[in-house]
Amino acid sequence: MPLEAKGISFRYGNCPWILKDFSLTVNRGEVVGISGHSGCGKSTLARILSGYEEPQLGTVTLDGKPLPRHGYNPVQLILQHPEKAVNPRWRMDKTINEGWVPDQEMLDAFGINDNWLKRWPNELSAGELQRFCVVRALSSQTSVLIADEMTTMLDALIQAQIWHVVTEIAKKRNLALIVISHEKHLIKRLCQRVIEM
Amino acid sequence: MALNQSVLSVNELTVSFRQYTRGLRQIELTVITGLSAEIQPGKILAVIGSSGSGKSLLAHAILGILPSNARVTGTMAYDGEELTAERQVKLRGREIAFIPQSVNYLDPLMKVGAQVRASIKDNKKEVQRDIFARYHLDSQVENLYPFQLSGGMARRVLVSGAMVSDARLIIADEPTPGLHPEIVEEALTHLRQLADEGRAVMLITHDVGAVLNVADYIAVFYAGTTVETAPVKDFAGKGEALRHPYSKALWKALPQNDFIPVSGFQPSPGDLPLGCLFSPRCPMASRECFESRPLERELRGGKVRCYHAT
Ligand SMILES: Nc1ncnc2c1ncn2[C@@H]1O[C@H](COP(=O)(O)OP(=O)(O)OP(=O)(O)O)[C@@H](O)[C@H]1O
Ligand SMILES: Nc1ncnc2c1ncn2[C@@H]1O[C@H](COP(=O)(O)OP(=O)(O)OP(=O)(O)O)[C@@H](O)[C@H]1O
Ligand code: SF4
Ligand SMILES: [Mg+2]
Ligand SMILES: [Mg+2]
Repeated sequence: MPLEAKGISFRYGNCPWILKDFSLTVNRGEVVGISGHSGCGKSTLARILSGYEEPQLGTVTLDGKPLPRHGYNPVQLILQHPEKAVNPRWRMDKTINEGWVPDQEMLDAFGINDNWLKRWPNELSAGELQRFCVVRALSSQTSVLIADEMTTMLDALIQAQIWHVVTEIAKKRNLALIVISHEKHLIKRLCQRVIEM
Repeated sequence: MALNQSVLSVNELTVSFRQYTRGLRQIELTVITGLSAEIQPGKILAVIGSSGSGKSLLAHAILGILPSNARVTGTMAYDGEELTAERQVKLRGREIAFIPQSVNYLDPLMKVGAQVRASIKDNKKEVQRDIFARYHLDSQVENLYPFQLSGGMARRVLVSGAMVSDARLIIADEPTPGLHPEIVEEALTHLRQLADEGRAVMLITHDVGAVLNVADYIAVFYAGTTVETAPVKDFAGKGEALRHPYSKALWKALPQNDFIPVSGFQPSPGDLPLGCLFSPRCPMASRECFESRPLERELRGGKVRCYHAT
């Protein structure tokens, strides 16, 4: 049961078209890479696929139905810059429990320390903050995970750890995983196919 | 100035934060401990290492932009003279340029061309246009606000701002994450050029593969201090020439190497092990490793904090 984008065209205001008649199908259990030069529209596509941006033309469906407008979004997006993805006026415990309440095992798997929970986001390192964003996206209701440059802010060791955990979860829950990255080595490690934009 | 005098030297730097725990008990959280580093003119020191190991805070300490609840001890010198808070204010943005890790440093209410022109002498427009062209930013980008940029464009704007200043010391905190390889190479080659003109560069990055061609030395951070400082050539093959077990593990975890993780995470500042900082995860740990912390020592033209490094 796939995530399907059909005939998507998109532009910001009167700016030039960024996507024109773009189509994509990602099945459950698949890991698909997306790469392309900076500014070509990868993050825009990711926002459209997860329902945060409305295309001028075309449709996005999950299991044949439009994305739900209320409640938990089954298509979860992890943003390129974690500092832009969290509310600066919320402490981390509020942010992480916003959509669902992760158990201790989940927090441990991502190395999230108890005493980070009471901090403000600007009191964490970039990589620490990004790990919160990953956990936040992994509720049991998630069926598609879009990782937009998810681990460029992490050191190689944690990057390897996080991807092992995430791909394990994706396999176990039969998630669709979309990996946006400029790192060809990483894409090669993770993805079954790659879309060049 | 003596020929080889360091542009920047950091000596036994410690950074801690006052925090209030449950019951309003005040605690000191030490996030950088006993850190020393120096950079000579014409050199690039790459800083790599664990996420949360204190790389950005080191950069912020040098620039004098730590939050007000931070406490700093140790000494820093710029051009052989103590780097006081007053000097930091005077040098920041002029003699010392900064590429921040967070895109939140861009002013959301100001067009990005104007933001970059602010760091150019006489605000010259041609200079800004040339630097944007060099980083493949179209001519209309100067009139955009930060929210209208893609992630990579925002990065390139931050990089441009530091490259056009005449700073003698450039502190680049993750200048290239999420950029495609050609632009990463452009930015790093550019830093190399600036170094070759005699400037000093501190290049903080997780992109270990990309710095191999441009850096002179690499310092590896773990849990708030350097575990190893090595000439760049030691980062090769299976990491045989590296001195510290953490450096070796980090090297092997790269996707282009083995992509093998090591279990566990870096210890948190409030809860550091009594002995070596890496002892809870180290495959080579012996009894003494758990009992006391190894001091930094010279080894094979580099420095290491490990009892068993050879
Ligand atoms: N204001 C603060 N109060 C308390 N702790 C802080 C504060 N700012 C940072 N820290 C902690 O200090 C440590 C070092 O943070 P720093 O941002 O320097 O890490 P980093 O090495 O740059 O990591 P990354 O690679 O993820 O950017 C982290 O554990 C972080 O949680
Ligand atoms: N809110 C906006 N208003 C106007 N233009 C925008 C807006 N957001 C993005 N753009 C433009 O849309 C284009 C595509 O941006 P997008 O963020 O999708 O690129 P990307 O492929 O993710 O790039 P990167 O690799 O740099 O992250 C860019 O030219 C950008 O300037
Ligand atoms: S001192 Fe011991 S525990 Fe620490 S890195 Fe060296 S061998 Fe490992
Ligand atoms: Mg993007
Ligand atoms: Mg940092």
